[in-house]
Amino acid sequence: MHDAFAWDRRRTFFPGLRWFSLTGTWRIMQPGRNLSSSRSRLCSVFLLSLGALPALAEGAQSTPSILAPASTPAHEIYGLSLFVLLITGSIFAVVAGLLAYVIVKFRARGPDAEHEPPQIYGSTQVELAWTVIPVLIVVVLFLTTARIIFAIQDAPEPKSALEVTVIGHQFWWEFRYPKLNIVTANELHIPASTREAPEPTYLHLLSADVDHSFWVPQLAGKTDLIPNHPNEMWLDPSTPGLYVGQCAQFCGIEHAKMLIRVYVDTPQQFDAWVRNQQRLGVDDSTVAAGRQVFESQACVNCHTIVGTPAHGTFGPDLTHLMSRATIAAGAAANTPENLRAWIHDPGTFKPGALMPAMQLTDQQTDEVVAYLATLH
Amino acid sequence: MADQTLPIPGSVTATPSRDAALLEWLHSWVVTVDHKRLGILYVVYAIFFLLVAGAEALAMRIQLAIPNNHFLSPELYNEFFTMHGTTMVFLVGMTFIFGFGNYLVPLMIGARDMAFPRLNAFSFWMTAFGGVLLYFSFIGGFGLYGMGAAPDVSWWAYAPLTAKAFSPGHNTDYWALSLIVMGFGTLGAAINTLATAFSMRCRGMTLFRMPLFVWLMVVTSGLTLITITPLTAAQIMLTIDRYLGGHFFDTQAGGSATVWMHFFWIFGHPEVYVLILPAFGIASEVIPVFSRKAIFGYPVMVAASVGIAFVSVSVWAHHMFTIGMTSVSNSFFVLSTMMVGIPTGIKIFNWIATMWGGKIRFATPMLFATGFLFQFLIAGLTGIMLSVAPWDWQLHNSYFVIAHFHYTLTGSFVFCIFAAIYYWYPKVTGRMLCENLGKWHFWLFLVGFHLTFDTMHFVGILGMPRSIYTYEADRGWGTLNMIISAGGLIQGIAVLIFAWNLIHSYLHGKQAGNDPWDAWTLEWSTPSPPPAYNFADDPVVRSRRPLWDIKHPNDPDWKYEQ
Repeated sequence: MHDAFAWDRRRTFFPGLRWFSLTGTWRIMQPGRNLSSSRSRLCSVFLLSLGALPALAEGAQSTPSILAPASTPAHEIYGLSLFVLLITGSIFAVVAGLLAYVIVKFRARGPDAEHEPPQIYGSTQVELAWTVIPVLIVVVLFLTTARIIFAIQDAPEPKSALEVTVIGHQFWWEFRYPKLNIVTANELHIPASTREAPEPTYLHLLSADVDHSFWVPQLAGKTDLIPNHPNEMWLDPSTPGLYVGQCAQFCGIEHAKMLIRVYVDTPQQFDAWVRNQQRLGVDDSTVAAGRQVFESQACVNCHTIVGTPAHGTFGPDLTHLMSRATIAAGAAANTPENLRAWIHDPGTFKPGALMPAMQLTDQQTDEVVAYLATLH
Repeated sequence: MADQTLPIPGSVTATPSRDAALLEWLHSWVVTVDHKRLGILYVVYAIFFLLVAGAEALAMRIQLAIPNNHFLSPELYNEFFTMHGTTMVFLVGMTFIFGFGNYLVPLMIGARDMAFPRLNAFSFWMTAFGGVLLYFSFIGGFGLYGMGAAPDVSWWAYAPLTAKAFSPGHNTDYWALSLIVMGFGTLGAAINTLATAFSMRCRGMTLFRMPLFVWLMVVTSGLTLITITPLTAAQIMLTIDRYLGGHFFDTQAGGSATVWMHFFWIFGHPEVYVLILPAFGIASEVIPVFSRKAIFGYPVMVAASVGIAFVSVSVWAHHMFTIGMTSVSNSFFVLSTMMVGIPTGIKIFNWIATMWGGKIRFATPMLFATGFLFQFLIAGLTGIMLSVAPWDWQLHNSYFVIAHFHYTLTGSFVFCIFAAIYYWYPKVTGRMLCENLGKWHFWLFLVGFHLTFDTMHFVGILGMPRSIYTYEADRGWGTLNMIISAGGLIQGIAVLIFAWNLIHSYLHGKQAGNDPWDAWTLEWSTPSPPPAYNFADDPVVRSRRPLWDIKHPNDPDWKYEQ
């Protein structure tokens, strides 16, 4: 249970926190999810107002809201954010109330407006009060924050963890599973991690060119992918499903279309997906013409199809292209029509994408699309 | 033309022709070393670029109003958001503060000019030409497709996107060079302000009798010296990388992307304080006059300002919580950032205490100052939220951040600038701005502002990152973005009303007289507009409110001030 272990470590690292808990001001030292729920109760009034937020946006489609956490780091942050919101909200209520009172009460009105009001130059006691109170608030906020920083950032990697290397490219994501010998793109598959069988995913973040940032709000905060500066983050979602996100650091012309799809699979689904990904590229003789076009054109310079001479690494691995729901880093659905349009001119969906228009004849395009469509 | 000689300025020859008179007028503005004229040049320049950068923002808002829109191409969108940020910070923000500083600091401390008038002119023209250089990139730069292209690497221009390999045209060079040029101008202005405030004060004007605006300009100028320097250094390093084969930020040759971030943000964060501190100064002049009370806790206000400046140079890496710093460094920057809230909170309480027990007149300057107080309170609180590093891991680079810094830079800084323009316009031009148009401007701008930037918080919480030129319909951000854009349009209309008010009132406004607001600082003792020499006799002051002492001889301030 890596969770509990992480909490233990924090306890020794930050002794001040323990003292703080003894004052009874704040409960600490509980696994994340319980902590969050206790905070949720504490801050139910905020929950109510904020819960209405996604409804403001049209329908609950696939909005990557940070208010719908589905993984421990996101939960921890959510709980912390409600606590901070409670404090800042109270400050707002007090100060804005004072301001409103002053505006209404001390407006110049009536004939008396001609006389100057009594002049007051200051008051040491009052100044002292509104210095000391903010200092105390800062102490509370800082200790609470530091605890969550250490909890998330320094959580040790358990043996059962799945390791994935994420490489940011202009403008797509490469996902490598070194222990499983899988390379894929843009759609990350990870197993659900339950309390009984924890299998968190540790992402090692690298960049092939410029800075990017991996952000799937429901699963965790973002972490940047910086060349020459390897980073790490972890996720442990328990509910299977699709979680969306996108690049959060401006990385060039098509930064907007560098979308991420994370599929959280049940263990069975994940095993099936892994087995499929580990197969060689399908070799279907009915589409030999398309394969021939693919292998004789520049396609092979950038793309890999395992089991064929295509070994390029500049673009996404296409060995199991059809196992993905989208192409062009989420810019379009993975349909034969879209593939055709993409090969004809990538600028259709993504002006500025680094793949060139391949200048194939219509027949060649049809054949290549037919070939790609067999790569399940 | 051939037989016409250029008139020598100041010569008393026969009446010159119309053209010659115009030329002479133009010439007098170009060669001027008068702090008031330079101040006006700065402010007019800033207003012009406020309109330009506002238009860029509106174009971006049209593009984002609906999902998958094609109003702007991705290239143009990226250029616009880069130019919007760069323009607003360097050509609008910095020029506004040094414009007001130039005009007001000598008048407020009873001096006849800045300490170095020629340096002053040099500083302005460096800034002006830097801006021209930046905007020339729309014609002179070229992007990937051999067409005119402005910088498109975002205003924080993270390496290595700015390296030759990823930004092959000349647009990034225009960006870097224009910031170097403007940086020298800014440094000159800051040095000049410091020298003026420290050595040009009139008799009796001790440091602790300086108006708070002057104090804040002093603090800002000191901060400018600290922050513009690393920015200029970084731009020079970037230029060396791009042209002389350097590898400071060239990650492909072992350079460091994070070093750029440190250089940029150790400039970039104090920079927002460079902008907001003079805005505090403006609020500290306007709020007492319209509340009819002395500023509450003057020494504490000064100490808080200096405190903010000190703390602000230790917080830069809160822009970098997501780059994978150690948990200890993250915690350090959490603490230092939260500490900014203490002196800032003190200031807000002091302004409210100044209003408390007063007789508040809500003329347009006070309306804007009150709007500032409300928005700055929220900006400070969202700042606290962003300082909570784990929460920042979610909010960083989302629209929540955009909302936060527009609350500080628009909701606070620009509101104070508007307050300042309504407040000092009568002094500068001799005419009042129209109060009716001013109220329309204020209310429309306020409504538009809140529609736009309140909503941005929510769309950020729903996961919308910044710098994206479009988004998918299924993300559920469409309606909120439409509201944001509508608010933008309303703000645009308000700014046009403001621009019209400036022009209309200059020609037809009510005569202002010396002291239309019944104010207390020295500039209001001069005629409006003040003569070139400012004061016929050197003023002598005995308190922080010299005009109060004159107006209330039986109850002067110097009897009570500590």
